[in-house]
Amino acid sequence: MIRKSFVFATALLVAGSCTAVQAETLKFAFQGTLNALDPYSLNETFTLSSLGNTYEGLTRRAADLSIEPGLAERWEIVEPNRWRFYLRKGVKFHNGGDFTAEDVAFSVDRVRSEGSDLATRVPADAKVEIVDDYTVDFVLTGPNPILHYEWDTFYIMDKEWTTEHDAVRVTSASDTAANYAALHANGTGPFKITSHEAGVKTVFEKNDDWWDEATHNLDTVEFTPISSDATRVAALLSGELDMVYPIPVQDIKRVNDNAGTIALTGPELRTIFLGMDQMRDELLYSDVKGKNPFKDARVRKAVYQAIDIEAIKKKVMRDLSTPSAIMISPFLFSRAGEFERYPYDPEAAKALLAEAGYADGFSVGMDCPNDRYVNDEAICQAAAAMLARIGVKVNLNAQPKAKYFAKILASGGYDTSFYLLGWTPGSLDSWNVLDNLMNCRDETGAGSPFNNGGFCDARIDELSDQILVEIDPDKRDELIAEAFRISHDNAYYIPLHQQGLAWGVSDKVQLVQRADNQFKFRFVTKN
Amino acid sequence: MIGFATRRFVQAMIVMLVVALLSFTMFRFVGDPINQMVGIETSLEDREALRERLGLNDPIPLQFYHFISRAVRFDFGTSYQFRQPVSELFAKRIPATLELSFTSALFALIVGVPMGLFAGLNRDSSISKLFLSVSLIGISLPTFFIGILLIFLFSVTLQWLPSFGRGETVQIGSWWTTGFLTVSGLKALVLPSITLGLYQMTLIMRLIRAEMLEVIRTDYIKFARARGLPDRLVNFRHALKNTLVPVVTITGLQLGSIIAFATITETVFQWPGMGLMFLQAVQNVDIPIMSAYLMLTAFMFVGINFIVDILYFLIDPRLRVGRP
Amino acid sequence: MPTVSNEEAKADVPERSEAAAATGRLTRMLESDFLHAFLRSRVTVVAACGTLTLFLLAFLAPWIAPHDPFDLASISILDARVPPIWMEYSDPRFPLGTDDQGRDLLSGIFYGMRISLIVGFCSVAAAAVIGITLGLVAGYAGGRVDALIMRIADVQLTFPAILIALLIDGVANGIFGSLDRDVFAFYILIVALALSFWVQYARTVRGSTMVEKNKEYVQAARVIGLPPVIIMARHILPNVMGPVMVIATINLALAIVTEATLSFLGVGMPPTQPSLGTLIAIGNDFLYSGEWWIAIFPGLALALLVLNVNLLGDWLRDALNPKLR
Repeated sequence: MIRKSFVFATALLVAGSCTAVQAETLKFAFQGTLNALDPYSLNETFTLSSLGNTYEGLTRRAADLSIEPGLAERWEIVEPNRWRFYLRKGVKFHNGGDFTAEDVAFSVDRVRSEGSDLATRVPADAKVEIVDDYTVDFVLTGPNPILHYEWDTFYIMDKEWTTEHDAVRVTSASDTAANYAALHANGTGPFKITSHEAGVKTVFEKNDDWWDEATHNLDTVEFTPISSDATRVAALLSGELDMVYPIPVQDIKRVNDNAGTIALTGPELRTIFLGMDQMRDELLYSDVKGKNPFKDARVRKAVYQAIDIEAIKKKVMRDLSTPSAIMISPFLFSRAGEFERYPYDPEAAKALLAEAGYADGFSVGMDCPNDRYVNDEAICQAAAAMLARIGVKVNLNAQPKAKYFAKILASGGYDTSFYLLGWTPGSLDSWNVLDNLMNCRDETGAGSPFNNGGFCDARIDELSDQILVEIDPDKRDELIAEAFRISHDNAYYIPLHQQGLAWGVSDKVQLVQRADNQFKFRFVTKN
Repeated sequence: MIGFATRRFVQAMIVMLVVALLSFTMFRFVGDPINQMVGIETSLEDREALRERLGLNDPIPLQFYHFISRAVRFDFGTSYQFRQPVSELFAKRIPATLELSFTSALFALIVGVPMGLFAGLNRDSSISKLFLSVSLIGISLPTFFIGILLIFLFSVTLQWLPSFGRGETVQIGSWWTTGFLTVSGLKALVLPSITLGLYQMTLIMRLIRAEMLEVIRTDYIKFARARGLPDRLVNFRHALKNTLVPVVTITGLQLGSIIAFATITETVFQWPGMGLMFLQAVQNVDIPIMSAYLMLTAFMFVGINFIVDILYFLIDPRLRVGRP
Repeated sequence: MPTVSNEEAKADVPERSEAAAATGRLTRMLESDFLHAFLRSRVTVVAACGTLTLFLLAFLAPWIAPHDPFDLASISILDARVPPIWMEYSDPRFPLGTDDQGRDLLSGIFYGMRISLIVGFCSVAAAAVIGITLGLVAGYAGGRVDALIMRIADVQLTFPAILIALLIDGVANGIFGSLDRDVFAFYILIVALALSFWVQYARTVRGSTMVEKNKEYVQAARVIGLPPVIIMARHILPNVMGPVMVIATINLALAIVTEATLSFLGVGMPPTQPSLGTLIAIGNDFLYSGEWWIAIFPGLALALLVLNVNLLGDWLRDALNPKLR
């Protein structure tokens, strides 16, 4: 690595002499780590976002998140249940291998194989038929208008390379030897990964043979994980790094005031909400015995109306949030504007509680993560204080995400009475929200696995089934709106807000902040 | 001697075994590793299948047996997060932690010894009192707070020193990387070493001072002075030499705790060492890394204790008095 | 001192270094001559007064603090991050400003100090009880019992307080399912701290016991047939309490600092029941954004508290150390 510092020195010299050729290095940090490089081993935003600079899918998403051709030049629905993808010709993997239909078929098999965390990207019963080297058909068992919605993160791998290095099996946690694909990457994307030390540093270098015209001017990208908020911000402020994300909302002003750095903020697609146990006959963590107050819509509405979302926005989120009346970002559902939050009104809330027979309030345990969402714990604390004012005594249990998820999800037996959760539909579509959060479920989670509160509304289930197969966009939106209306009227959930994104960026760097919080190097220029 | 060493050795082995049992049983109950390995959308059946494959459903004694037999071969399995063998991950991280610990111990000695000597010899000078007061304040603030304040002052405000990481490193041999050979590597060492070494420095300073105060009062020093030996000779040849024995011992014992407490410093400075990896492993319920770290620190402590005991036996004549 | 037996010397030598390492924070200190003793005691008087004042503020918090930071119904998020009274946009209700949830910082510090001190006292007491008992038994019984206890102590030493707290936290969660952190964090902390501190007492008491048990008065007691428990408790214990007091005082300071560190790492007191450490940890997130008071004031309170207790500990050690008298 002496060599590296030498290269760096030359780079400085070149920059100093102000020539046209510039070797630009982008150094950036993120809160979490990039662990395995296998694109199917972890379904997590940052991992997929990073690998998306090296690997590519058949589709990709533009700066505004619209779907555009990726490795597929175009596609069409030739029969209702048959999708045809025309692949881009002349595309090469980083090792020089050709990209063909074989690779697509191979990737589909691999992504659905045991150990893959992204198995749902392609329906299990869908068949792949290779028409010719550059044409692939997907044969489905029923209509599915959103088949390709998540394919921007379903990355195509090279069949020859993967086979040659004995990495056909997806790296699984129970493997004792490291899988080649977990430590090396061979994609078609604009950057190659030249060195990867998990949890320490990953170096990307420009792929000169990329099929698309590069709009970025980077030669090297260095990624370092920095988990401590303060250290991450400090590294940006001191000029050691060109970009860090996320930055805590309270430091936005500091980053903006500092010469040479700005905070880039924007809306994120994630919706933060409160859920309540509506399944058990008696709450687990409460002084109410023999009944479950949350089964009463009046109690749910009382909790809803007791929360001053504007105060949370102003004081906890420092205006970097958009209060929401529905469970999906308004960017993802055109008719979101029709919905309005129940107004903040503690008096009305108290009246509702009294009407439901809880004039003196009750106590309830609340589960909250403290390292998952923006200011998650502070939001819960604020909510607890607000509920205290209508007589609902909240015992807050805020934990790191590992323990939190282990407790409140199916694997922990939905061990919660009242919880805060966030959700981004991976397909950027409402059906994902209904399917995961709002359908009925049983004790094991069959149905909507993330409907932790376990409420069950037959009409919503019915609507979801219709939405999945409805091709006409207007009719589809009508059905979605009806489902969200039912949820709103019954206060099955208490949506809070869409949190904001906050990235800290050096003045020298121009980039695109996508609302899905993915950082793509191909949008970056540095001077 | 042999008997003493053997007894100590057997005891040390038992200690290691107990630590292994503890780390194994305890970590068996920390969170659910399955949640960490899979994404949020993995089904319950898949989770159960994974649990079965990982052997998490085996009877506990069997799991412990597997654990021990692998641990002696330095095989701690594959990290749940990184999907890489834990031993390899540690091999990569150990140089960072050892270099940081070494530098901070060096800092503690180089600054602490002269300060202690000065304070011991010039008990009533105001500088001595200043040293004492400053060191008191230093140990009254938690380490993480000191680290954050140093970053705030020297990285963010003055922009003199880097706030995180090791800077550029140089590869030596196949498995050692060093930050000692580059300017950025050396710069990166400054703040973390001070943060980590401050407490040890205080300890050494106070220890030397106290020892000096005691030694100076002993008869042989008084006698040396009475013989008319120059102060310098008395102070450094006779007094200091006697002071150093406990200092060296304590430094040895503290080395283990430096490595253990490096976790906090490494977190604050994002130093890519074992401690940081351990804390991240705790947050992510990465059991293999956690148990390996625990076994490793235990091994170091037990090893150092063992060596210190043997050294005592060799050095201290009293231990040999009355031996057959 | 009677002739040093082999066994005893072996115990005594490591003891010296252990005790010094253990007594850790402050190590041995000051000395004899009159002028200095006087100066020294002036510091001590100030430290004693300071400690007493802080203790009073802490334990009388419910009566003297202007607000109750634990009463959720009384705090408002709209009061969050109000600066101290001498700054712009301050609010006379909050002399030292408020934290990120709108809690009065002055009251928060009083209550936080109270929690820090309760955690400190309880853990020190628990550690002392465990340590003294095991130390007495080990020192008095000797042989295999001694070896066993000291090996346990070795195991113990391999686990720094932080690791122990993380472990206990995890184990507690694993065994009892998910716990109400508000209630259990406190006990987890005490157990964690007690388990990491008892070794020092055990080692020190064991060393002293080995010296004492060979003295004439103990031998006399043994000759008249008193049971070992009585001998240990009545005769030996009072004679080994000196060093225990010193360790306890210094441990109190150490416990407070360790608790703060654990809170920083997220296994200490929850933000709904903040100790001084939790308050600093919360405030840390606001250091760069200009809301320095949230971290600095609790930090100062913590430093003051620890400093005063440390000074008292120093004095106590000197007062009880015959070599320095």
